[in-house]
Amino acid sequence: MSGASDSNGQPWVGRRLRRKEDPPLITGRGRYTDDHSLPGMLFAAIVRSPEAHARVVSIDASAAKQRPGVHAVLTGEDLRLESPLPCAWVPPGVEMNVPDHWPLARGEVNHVGDPVAVVVGQDRYAVVDAAEDVFVEYDPLPVVVDPQEALRDGAPLVHEQFGTNRVHRWSLGADDVEQVLERSDVVIERRIVNHRTSGAPIEPRAVLADYRSGELTVTTSTQVPHFVRLFLALMLGMSEERIRVIAPDVGGGFGAKLQMYGEEALCAAVARHLNRPVKWVETRSEHMMVSHHGRDQVATVRMGATRDGRLTGVHIQLVADLGAYLMLLTPLIPTLGAFVMTGCYEWESARVDITGVFTNKVATDAIRGAGRPEATHMLEVTMDQLAAELGLDPLELRRRNFIPKERFPAETALGMVYDSGDYHGTLARLLEHIDPAEVRREAEGLRARGVYRGIGFSTYTEICGLAPSRIAGPAGVGVQAGLWESALVRVHVSGAVTVYSGTSPHGQGLDTSFAQIVADRLGISPQQVEVMHGDTATGPQGLGTYGSRSLSVGGEAIVKATERVIDKARRIVAHRLEAAPEDVELREGRFSIAGSPDRGMTLAEIAGEAYVVDNMPAGFEPGLEATAFYDPENFVFPFGAHAAVVDVDVETGKVDVVRYVAVDDCGPAINPMLIDGQVHGGIAHAIGQALYERIHYDDEGQLVTGTFVDYALPSAAELPSFETDRTETPSTTTSMGVKGVGEAGTIAASPAVVNAVVDALRPLGIEFLNMPLSPQRVWEAVQQAQEGVRA
Amino acid sequence: MIPAEFDYTAPDTLDAVFAALADGGEDAKLLAGGHSLLPLMKLRLAFPSLLVDLRRVPGLSGVTRSNGDFRIGAMTPHAVLEHTGELGLVARVAGTIADPQVRHRGTIGGSLAHGDPASDLPAAMLVTEARMTLRSAGGAERTVAADDLFVDYLTTAVGEGEVMTEVAVPALDGWGFGYAKFNRRAEDWAMVAACAVVQAQDGVCRDVRVGLTNMASRPLRAEAVEDALRGQPLEADAIARAAELAAEGTDPPGDLNATPDYKRHLARVMTRRALAEAAGTEPGR
Ligand SMILES: Cc1cc2nc3c(=O)[nH]c(=O)nc-3n(C[C@H](O)[C@H](O)[C@H](O)COP(=O)(O)OP(=O)(O)OC[C@H]3O[C@@H](n4cnc5c(N)ncnc54)[C@H](O)[C@@H]3O)c2cc1C
Repeated sequence: MSGASDSNGQPWVGRRLRRKEDPPLITGRGRYTDDHSLPGMLFAAIVRSPEAHARVVSIDASAAKQRPGVHAVLTGEDLRLESPLPCAWVPPGVEMNVPDHWPLARGEVNHVGDPVAVVVGQDRYAVVDAAEDVFVEYDPLPVVVDPQEALRDGAPLVHEQFGTNRVHRWSLGADDVEQVLERSDVVIERRIVNHRTSGAPIEPRAVLADYRSGELTVTTSTQVPHFVRLFLALMLGMSEERIRVIAPDVGGGFGAKLQMYGEEALCAAVARHLNRPVKWVETRSEHMMVSHHGRDQVATVRMGATRDGRLTGVHIQLVADLGAYLMLLTPLIPTLGAFVMTGCYEWESARVDITGVFTNKVATDAIRGAGRPEATHMLEVTMDQLAAELGLDPLELRRRNFIPKERFPAETALGMVYDSGDYHGTLARLLEHIDPAEVRREAEGLRARGVYRGIGFSTYTEICGLAPSRIAGPAGVGVQAGLWESALVRVHVSGAVTVYSGTSPHGQGLDTSFAQIVADRLGISPQQVEVMHGDTATGPQGLGTYGSRSLSVGGEAIVKATERVIDKARRIVAHRLEAAPEDVELREGRFSIAGSPDRGMTLAEIAGEAYVVDNMPAGFEPGLEATAFYDPENFVFPFGAHAAVVDVDVETGKVDVVRYVAVDDCGPAINPMLIDGQVHGGIAHAIGQALYERIHYDDEGQLVTGTFVDYALPSAAELPSFETDRTETPSTTTSMGVKGVGEAGTIAASPAVVNAVVDALRPLGIEFLNMPLSPQRVWEAVQQAQEGVRA
Repeated sequence: MIPAEFDYTAPDTLDAVFAALADGGEDAKLLAGGHSLLPLMKLRLAFPSLLVDLRRVPGLSGVTRSNGDFRIGAMTPHAVLEHTGELGLVARVAGTIADPQVRHRGTIGGSLAHGDPASDLPAAMLVTEARMTLRSAGGAERTVAADDLFVDYLTTAVGEGEVMTEVAVPALDGWGFGYAKFNRRAEDWAMVAACAVVQAQDGVCRDVRVGLTNMASRPLRAEAVEDALRGQPLEADAIARAAELAAEGTDPPGDLNATPDYKRHLARVMTRRALAEAAGTEPGR
């Protein structure tokens, strides 16, 4: 586009524009779900199981019901739902054990926090007190917490009826991988543990349901309002058009709000039952306990190479702890990771075998990166292990095996077709910012003071832009939905524009980047482009924000709709200025006639014609707006190279990340500042996992890390100032060449940090460590290494 | 995250506070900064029926020097201590408590009366040999030495109906001081911490006091370390040798982040670092 759009004649796309959405958010004028209230509204508090596994013998709500202001106490049987909570992944040809999962337990609880009853009343505090007066008698059942334990014969069964704790098995790749490994000069095997984490958005979940005259409105802190509407219709037995779901301002999701939660259906059912609006707001403790967790995989990685460092095969056997129930995408998460388990490299053969397992813990599901951080972690950590085994520089091993840029689009050993990539290019750019030899020299000097400095790398590629329906949908991978996106671009009579997107941004800055894209194409300012989303009643059907899809799928739908608007604008201009539509082009903010730039019309003038319809020919259809749906042909595959420098205090085991350099390639930048923001947050998230955060259950299935005192989310004080740069290799899938970047930092960073710590400690003889690298774990490893030396 | 129902009052005078406490009975609790009490209430681990807020009572906040003591009002927030450099060790320690928000709300009186062995100020009180003034109804008043104040986990000598009004911290003029706090994140409580004050004469340790945080159900003095260092040259070797004794007589509780053994090890390292900072042989971290 030659859409020169402001007084400088510079396009808006590519600029570090401040976020349009920020002023209300940072001045306390945001409207989150809990900021919405309705007359007559009641509050809900949920009675949750303190047991990890038990039969519910009886529930005595009589005392609670007598408390002042309590309207009702309801249990599982009272809700009258048509169907249980959904699991939307039904992979063709795969047997899967799917237990019923109801918003309130029916007879059995399977993890701590499993809801058994709801108390509804007038006062949000009083209902919490009343919930303590609901007496539930439990008959405890044996508990299983460790996924590998759970697979053993004779292990306690989470769901008796299946006769096993195995959920499913799913494989991808070649049958000959073990033969290839056998023929390889060098084969190493590592057991890589990727522990459980929480999404921990600043705003916990919240739901406000209002049912009146047969219409249901649910305001909920979600990433997927359209999905929630569909599932509410199915669960409540209502017709979809009678339901409106609104995601107002949402204070972060990180995947934890890509879900159809029991509380959403529960509030809706109770609102219908009592004919009163009902609000429920999750507490932080509840969030840590019952909002789905992420990760929790144990992988055995076998990797082979020739003596001179050519990769041969990789075989990953992965046990995924799925928790007690299968929620929206629970069993799909490890599969999403499997797609990129060959990373940036060429292999003769690769194979991934996944086993999903039930345990008495809350379900796992998508948390930022959803499977790809786990995949990258196991691959990039093992790459460093292999380099050490071969006596090769870890970067040299990577360089020898990168898919060269000439080969794109490149089919991988696992059958994915990567759209574009230049792995040597991003690595070379990274090394312009950081010189490993210099870090090693600094390390020499520091060691005398007991500080062990190390450097670690991660060169990653990921898969995002969910998703081509043909590949991801029912007949392909098995997601029970199309995964396209929609947009409606409406030019108002004044020339101002409203864009409706089916995505549901919740902090990413898409109001700004979408506006930049549209502004350039229509010759206006982004300030004149209002972006609307997150309300099923306003725009066309959409699918939400997750999987780094909003720009590469949602943005493409917007481009497509905008092109349709432009087509019509051209026809209007052509008619008014007596030229051919093909000769109308956008120049300096006006649609003008090629060759005579003084003859043209602004968007406002065109809109005036379109709506006033004074001068248009007979049969002209008034208005200036268009809807478009976009279903991508392929996924997009962003990539990059990251480096971490850490200092380890070997006396205490404390790890400090002192430098972090990231070069990411997500195609052409729409707004580099937003990319930086996403990368920063993503890296913080992964450093959090590598060093600090861990959801921990004890052997009885009790959650130990139920608050932010125990669940160590890092703050700015724990993180270095990130150094970021980009290369821009356009995707061949999207018209703008854009990929996604919302999860890249999280996908890349944990192996860089772990590799750096191992690099730091190699002089002590430490060769391998699993996350989280808590001070105690590192200290113990140092102790053992030193004992080994003494022995 | 929602506390059980309670009543609240904020009297204007100390006498009115005592009256409210008496009326409220044993379930009445004083409220200072609320940063220990309110979290316990929200987690439903504490259920006071009445909160008696001290914030309107005049004269309970501020730092003055009189004779050899600093007199610190019980309602003085950590942030004020942090920025009163003359307080030496106490300022140094207060600056490591949590984050600026907590330091602006939390008070020295609340921290000491609460008696959490993981809190930072209690060990500093042991080391400075501070004294606390406790007042009760009818003008009664008593002074408790820091060593007698801390009884057990979340248990102090502050009796029902008593209000801590002031903390007298001897000004250790000319003493060096150091603090080494080990935690995972800047805003965390100490996994283990050690504070030290050292009086040097011609490079020799004339006197030394070392306090340990989170190494038992109450803060401790590391007497073995003190005895070993007193009279020794204030040099790295002697300090390191003395610090090796830091875990003697401790009984650290294990938790998710640290086993007792690891804590004992940390106590030795932190003690060495605190002493080195106090003696000026190593900069504080
Ligand atoms: C996130 C967070 C992190 C923290 N990190 C640290 C840390 O790293 N180090 C640390 O030391 N502390 C930490 N704290 C605790 C903080 O310092 C508290 O503020 C302090 O321990 C208690 O002081 P308060 O004024 O808030 O007391 P309150 O919470 O109001 O009261 C605590 C107890 O003392 C009683 N009390 C209060 N004042 C008096 C008085 N004058 N006389 C008699 N009894 C009284 C109350 O009845 C109550 O039982 C943290 C707190 C939070 C919320």
